[in-house]
Amino acid sequence: MNITEELRIFVVDNFLFGQQDAHLSDETSFLESGIIDSTGLLELIAFVERTYEIQLEDAELIPDNLDSLAKLTAFIGRKLARSGHQPLCA
Amino acid sequence: MTIHQPISTDLLRIDAAAETDRIVAHLRDVVFHQLKRRGAVVGVSGGIDSAVVAYLCSRAFGKDRVLALFTPENDSSPDSLRLGQMVANELEIRSEVEDISPILDGTRAYQRRDQAIREVVPEYGEGYRCKIVLPNLVDADRYSIFFVVVRAPDARMKTVRLTASASRGIVAATNCKQRSRKLIEYYYADLYQYAVAGTPNRLEYELGFFVKNGDGAADFKPIAHLYKSQVYQLAAYLGVPREIQNRPPTTDTYSLEQSQEEFYFSLPLEKMDLCLYGRNNSIAPADLARVADLDAEQVERVYGIIDSRRKATQYLHASPALPEHIVGH
Repeated sequence: MNITEELRIFVVDNFLFGQQDAHLSDETSFLESGIIDSTGLLELIAFVERTYEIQLEDAELIPDNLDSLAKLTAFIGRKLARSGHQPLCA
Repeated sequence: MTIHQPISTDLLRIDAAAETDRIVAHLRDVVFHQLKRRGAVVGVSGGIDSAVVAYLCSRAFGKDRVLALFTPENDSSPDSLRLGQMVANELEIRSEVEDISPILDGTRAYQRRDQAIREVVPEYGEGYRCKIVLPNLVDADRYSIFFVVVRAPDARMKTVRLTASASRGIVAATNCKQRSRKLIEYYYADLYQYAVAGTPNRLEYELGFFVKNGDGAADFKPIAHLYKSQVYQLAAYLGVPREIQNRPPTTDTYSLEQSQEEFYFSLPLEKMDLCLYGRNNSIAPADLARVADLDAEQVERVYGIIDSRRKATQYLHASPALPEHIVGH
């Protein structure tokens, strides 16, 4: 499974309460759509840190990095590349 | 849609005398005629909002029909009680002091809060003080993620990003304070057949700066339609003591002093006021930026914060849901 799909499953399970039919495109803004609030974001951050074994710095917690499946996937890809992890299929 | 219009710094100016008369008439109608209560309980915190509400209630119902309630607890600033008592003395209204610390001990609110803080600051314990803060959301696109600031007994400070579980744990435990206060307010309301006053201003009401079934619970909210700077205008007109008018707003909820901007708004309140007015009246960011002494990009960001706060706090405003409408209710 690629990163985007792993993230999608986490978001659907935790914030859309498993409603698979809810509209969640790769570009849907988590904040603008109201899918994830600020505490939910902390859960997402913990999931990303745990799953991909990366540390998210405070300065990196910006919408450009985290606010959609596509942005988060790209951000995780960059972090993994920088930390020398095995490249994963995004 | 945004509207380009000439605006000035006076846009929140009100006729304080006329507004006072209007609110006083409304209060008499609501409390005496609609709610059929004999007066009001006002939780007086030592801040500007509750002071103005106490003054309005005293005008509306008479000084013998208002009870000022002071509810300090272990983390309260001593100034809060002193200033609250100043209001009651000035108005010559009855007052009661109810220390809610034993309730909070009984519900283990302090213990639960400290336990939550220890999830991210394991050494947190006896002699430590804390508050939670937000990053500056106005100068860059950031998330409103809370950080806990702790001060060790040796005065060393530490700021740590909260985890979801610590954040919820701290908020859930701390909300017991506002809910305990409301419990005591309704005790006195039942005792005297009074109504309970809510004291939120418009910023707090619209942006959800209250605890559901805590300070959000009330029988009437006489200044919920007024921007914070309008509350200050009423305070000056009503003769609220200068020291209260000049006191910087604080949440008085955490053991380290915490401004309301730090906790919630991340902007000085007068600027947040203007931005909320601008958003409510569809004023273009560039136009509002000129009077708010911000740049257009900052105003746009604040408009975004306002929109997301509204979305996130709908739950706080929601009444209990019923499967079907019940006639007469």
